Amino acid sequence: MPLFERLYNFAHWLTQDREEAEDLVQETYAKALKGFSSFQPGTNFRAWIYQILRNTFLTSRTGLKSTATVPLDLGGDDETVPAANDTPESILLQRSDQQLVQEALGRLPVPYREVLLLCEFEEMSYQEISTTLAVPVGTVMSRLSRARRALRDTVQELRGNKGT
Amino acid sequence: MACELWTENLDAYFDGELPADEARAFTEHLRQCATCAAEGLRRVQQKRAVQAVGQRFTPNPAFRASIQKSIAAPRQSPWRWRWLPVFLSATAATLLIASAFLLNLQHDRRSEQQLLSELVDQHVATLASANPVDVVSSDRHTVKPWFQGKIPFTFNVPELQDSPFVLVGGRVAYVSQSPGAELIFRVRQHQMSVFIFQERGLREARENEAVRTALSFQVRTWRHNGLRYFVIGDASAQDLDKLSELIKAAG
Repeated sequence: MPLFERLYNFAHWLTQDREEAEDLVQETYAKALKGFSSFQPGTNFRAWIYQILRNTFLTSRTGLKSTATVPLDLGGDDETVPAANDTPESILLQRSDQQLVQEALGRLPVPYREVLLLCEFEEMSYQEISTTLAVPVGTVMSRLSRARRALRDTVQELRGNKGT
Repeated sequence: MACELWTENLDAYFDGELPADEARAFTEHLRQCATCAAEGLRRVQQKRAVQAVGQRFTPNPAFRASIQKSIAAPRQSPWRWRWLPVFLSATAATLLIASAFLLNLQHDRRSEQQLLSELVDQHVATLASANPVDVVSSDRHTVKPWFQGKIPFTFNVPELQDSPFVLVGGRVAYVSQSPGAELIFRVRQHQMSVFIFQERGLREARENEAVRTALSFQVRTWRHNGLRYFVIGDASAQDLDKLSELIKAAG
């Protein structure tokens, strides 16, 4: 899929609104065009343009709201998740849960949602994510780990509500 | 429990971020440890699920058109308008020569871009192919002789020991009707293609050395001894630079 469509998809995931996503992408391209001289050839173009999009989002009204309410990387709950309860059957059942995953992803706080999308969907390396989010690689790893746990918890919560 | 140490690295392992030797040790451990294997499977499933639902929103065609217009417009005009009076005041001859030169330059640039797109396409086709290479070997002493008689030149395959790169294999590639070599290297989960062509076969590539991006792929190109080298991949810029250096060192 071309970069433009990916950017739009990412913007829509961040803003959760079509109009806002369009504004965001438009502004991103405008900034990228204006600041193209600041792009260093040989560095990662994709990370560069995602960085612009994300910074633009963070300074938008929705972006400010979304980050103001989330404590970022506070840590505290860093124990590793026990893997005891999973069986191949339970994993198979989870495969039918795409809709739940989609809903859960939309509910996650923006910092978790974006790091998951960049890693799983955009398939960026930790280094690229680190450039895009302007945080150290160590932070990328710990945030990813928390985001994955949060997603899993949210899916389970949704499943609980919808199921029995 | 010893597994805790492994669990810590599960994410990095499945994200393809562990160094090759650690990844190998991890694979070995997964074969023997049901707990880690089950947890790994669960994480891969979640990863896939996010991957699957990640593509959710598509832009309106009208919106796409308006963005394309907004990008295309300012790009051409300032340059031309700034220089227009100069050209107008010059003699007709100068004007002719200048415009011919400009056209040529633009044509060069366009055809170079076309060449890069073509190579990127070949790289992507290689990635997508069920049989990506015709000679499957990580041994450079197998891959190099395989090309004998298939292409009208010879080249050196770099020494990859102590580097993160693995040679996957090679195949014959064609561009502008001339045959060349495509070598496929892997670094972590990324694959990179190195194309080598005879320079006289490629009128499009004029520059001595360049760093480009084409369709968001990274591209490195240079010339050496009458050959033109292209390194293409979606790995990081540093990885491409490192591989390019190794190839240049091999001569």
